[in-house]
Amino acid sequence: MRRIRGWRRRGCRFAPLLEVDGIVVRFGGVTALDRASLGAEPGQVTGVIGPNGAGKTTLFDVVSGLREPYRGRVRYGGADITRLGPHRRARAGIARTFQRLEAFGSLSVWDNVRVAVEIRQGWAASSRAVGGAAWDLLDRVGIAAFAGHRADAVPTGIARLLELARTLAIEPRLLLLDEPSSGLDDEETEALGGLLRELAAEGRAILLIEHDIELVMGVCDHVHVLDFGRVLASGGPEQIRDDRRVQEAYLGYSQEVPG
Amino acid sequence: MSALLGYTVLGLVMGAGYAVAASGLVLTYTTSRVFNVAHGAIGMVMAFCYWELSAGGLVPGGLPAWAAVLLVVGVIAPAFGLAVERIMMRRLTESPAGVSLVVTVGLLVALIGLAQTLWPPTARPVEPFFGAGGVRLGGVLVTYHDLLTIGVSLAVAAGLYLLLGRTRTGIAMRAVAVDRDLLALHGGRPRLLSSLSWAVGAALAALAGILLTPIVQLDYYELTLLVVAAYAAAVLGRLRSLPLTFAGAVVLGLLQSYAAGLRAAIPTLFLFAVLVFLPQVRLRSGGIRGIAAVPVPGPRRVAAAGLALVAAVGLASLLLPTVQVSRLALGLVYATVMLSLVLLTGYGGHVSLAQFTFVGVGAVTVAKLGGSPGWPSPLALLAGAAVAAAVGALVALPVLRLTGLYLALATLAFGQLMDKVVFQTAFGLGESLPVPRPREFAGEGAYAVFVAAVFVVMAAGLLALRRGRIGRMLVAMRDSPAACATLGLNQRGLRIGLFAASAGMAGLAGGLFGGLRGTIGAADFQVFKSLPLLLLAVVGGVTSVTGALLGGLVLMLLPILQSEVPALGGLVFLLVGIGAVSLGRDPGGAASHLFRAGRWARSLVVRPPAGPVEDSTDAPDSRVETEGMSLRATP
Repeated sequence: MRRIRGWRRRGCRFAPLLEVDGIVVRFGGVTALDRASLGAEPGQVTGVIGPNGAGKTTLFDVVSGLREPYRGRVRYGGADITRLGPHRRARAGIARTFQRLEAFGSLSVWDNVRVAVEIRQGWAASSRAVGGAAWDLLDRVGIAAFAGHRADAVPTGIARLLELARTLAIEPRLLLLDEPSSGLDDEETEALGGLLRELAAEGRAILLIEHDIELVMGVCDHVHVLDFGRVLASGGPEQIRDDRRVQEAYLGYSQEVPG
Repeated sequence: MSALLGYTVLGLVMGAGYAVAASGLVLTYTTSRVFNVAHGAIGMVMAFCYWELSAGGLVPGGLPAWAAVLLVVGVIAPAFGLAVERIMMRRLTESPAGVSLVVTVGLLVALIGLAQTLWPPTARPVEPFFGAGGVRLGGVLVTYHDLLTIGVSLAVAAGLYLLLGRTRTGIAMRAVAVDRDLLALHGGRPRLLSSLSWAVGAALAALAGILLTPIVQLDYYELTLLVVAAYAAAVLGRLRSLPLTFAGAVVLGLLQSYAAGLRAAIPTLFLFAVLVFLPQVRLRSGGIRGIAAVPVPGPRRVAAAGLALVAAVGLASLLLPTVQVSRLALGLVYATVMLSLVLLTGYGGHVSLAQFTFVGVGAVTVAKLGGSPGWPSPLALLAGAAVAAAVGALVALPVLRLTGLYLALATLAFGQLMDKVVFQTAFGLGESLPVPRPREFAGEGAYAVFVAAVFVVMAAGLLALRRGRIGRMLVAMRDSPAACATLGLNQRGLRIGLFAASAGMAGLAGGLFGGLRGTIGAADFQVFKSLPLLLLAVVGGVTSVTGALLGGLVLMLLPILQSEVPALGGLVFLLVGIGAVSLGRDPGGAASHLFRAGRWARSLVVRPPAGPVEDSTDAPDSRVETEGMSLRATP
């Protein structure tokens, strides 16, 4: 893999799969992302934390192609994909989940994943293989029991796991997960953490937006802190926990967060 | 030189009228998020009211013009707007564009029906204000009416500018457009503002209608179609910006005046030109969306029901008199057209306001081919479908990037273009073309069975499609385009295919329609035929094949009911209106009630065991039926 110099200077051992460089996004007069730069590496879970409105979801929109940045570059596997359409990025292996949930409400949970498998495998795949693959994915995220339910009738936590299963259906190399643990109880969150480590160990790069600091500290190899659209700090979980600027910015908003 | 000046003045006057209409449209759309297709129809009815008050028999001797204008624009129209908002539109603010569009289509159909009932067709000359007098300007007579129209539009522009920019109410109205919920949280009253905007919108529609009447004459359709011109102008301002809307209206008026020969086509061409240059709409995310739909039956059940239908039609064709058999066949033809809407609207979530235009394309193709010996009739039918499909793909191409509303209104504009230009040319004015039937099914009874068989085959194909991969993808694309994109689906191709397939189905039905009629003329495919079609398809139940059958039969029955029991005329429109309003609650339409009744009947026969019975609404399967239109699971 090609090494990118900037990252070596910042002390990265691997070439990042994803490199976001100087992204600027403005909504009217508000700057949602202000020269944000960060990366994600294969085999690692990279956390993106920050207070509400820091620009985390906007960052995902830019990386997945749903929003074109005003300025800046997105590079993936060494190639510039800033102007690439969302479906072509997905074909290249970038998958995401949605903070506000985008399950296909009129379809069953199983059909939600089947559609994704069919999009990935094309028209040639046999329907038996597709159905089996979808079933395995539901099983893997632990919601096979809900397969027959309509997606707009399941609890939020199940819908989040459904979205995770659906993204896995397109065999992603880069996973963008937007608050996957909200709506899950402690036990389920722990299981999710294990699953994320497993997915990373298979060689995927995972970018994780999360408000559950315990989960972030537990599973992330590297954490970026966003505040007012800027990357305030980057480093290992311990380093971030001890960073004074992070404590000021982050704890200023939410005192309950254990930090 | 003076000719050019004359055209310019006429264009400016037209543009001023359009501007008044378009600004009302923009105002209601931004504050209530309901695009009022019936905007022009409101203007039409109000123009009739004005005529009634000033020249009609209602007031002996007639009111003076100024008093009539004041009464209509200041009292009747705002009251009407308020009532419409209260009764029909209030619940639609949060519903998908498709549903609110169909409801306003219902209003449009009802208003035309109302106008035709209250004011039967006859010549109703409307004098321009101040008679024919005017001032000479560089050798051109500019009537006082012209000056008044331009003056009124400037006054409306200034008034709206002051209202929206300088008053608390106006600023709150702009806030509603940006974020309704946030405004409510801050103590604003979005409902009141929305009522107000409908009242002002209706008044502006009335004003535009009255001002334009001396130019376009008091006509049910001309004035109703004002909405297309107003819409074309509003699109330049992306349905938001009033200054751009005014600019669009003036440009449109001038273009229409300069290119008088293309007058009817100009709004459509202008609209498509603007749409092509609109930027890509961003895919929005936010909440799980799903549409409560009737269950898709398995192949065996479809086959059984299909055979039963064909058998029933066969039996009816033997027992009933020929007239009734033809009517039955017409109902089935309508049902076949509605199948194309099940695909497009029910499965795909897009609304077409010009489905009957595709019927026309199919029928004309069959008529032109039918005369030549190389084209046996069944093949000609398929050719009609193919041509209609190609045209459908062409219409969809420029508007693919845009959202449902733009797409739907582009189809309306396209329908008008075909109606006014292409069909008129294809037939020659007032002429008609013979359409052959397949030789084996030439008799009335045999033809009815043939139509029923085609309906069944198409319905079965449609249901097979829905059960399969493409069906899943279409529903997924309807529920969440953003998720489809981020999963790697190239929606452009699928969407063109959807539009083409739907147009093709309508085209095939067009061949059937032509064969049933024997001869067809331009009047058979007026753009307004598409609106009751869409309305009844949705009222019948646009998510199911059964709904299409119900809708088709009712569409055939309505005019018969009206002509045989004239007293029922108003009632019929009322029923259609109520049906449209009830859609906001249950998009499954009548068919879903039918299925529910069927389940209930079965539950009566098969009694559940006595004792504490598990509440059936808690079971996951039946919960699906009781879910509302769009269940939002926000975190």
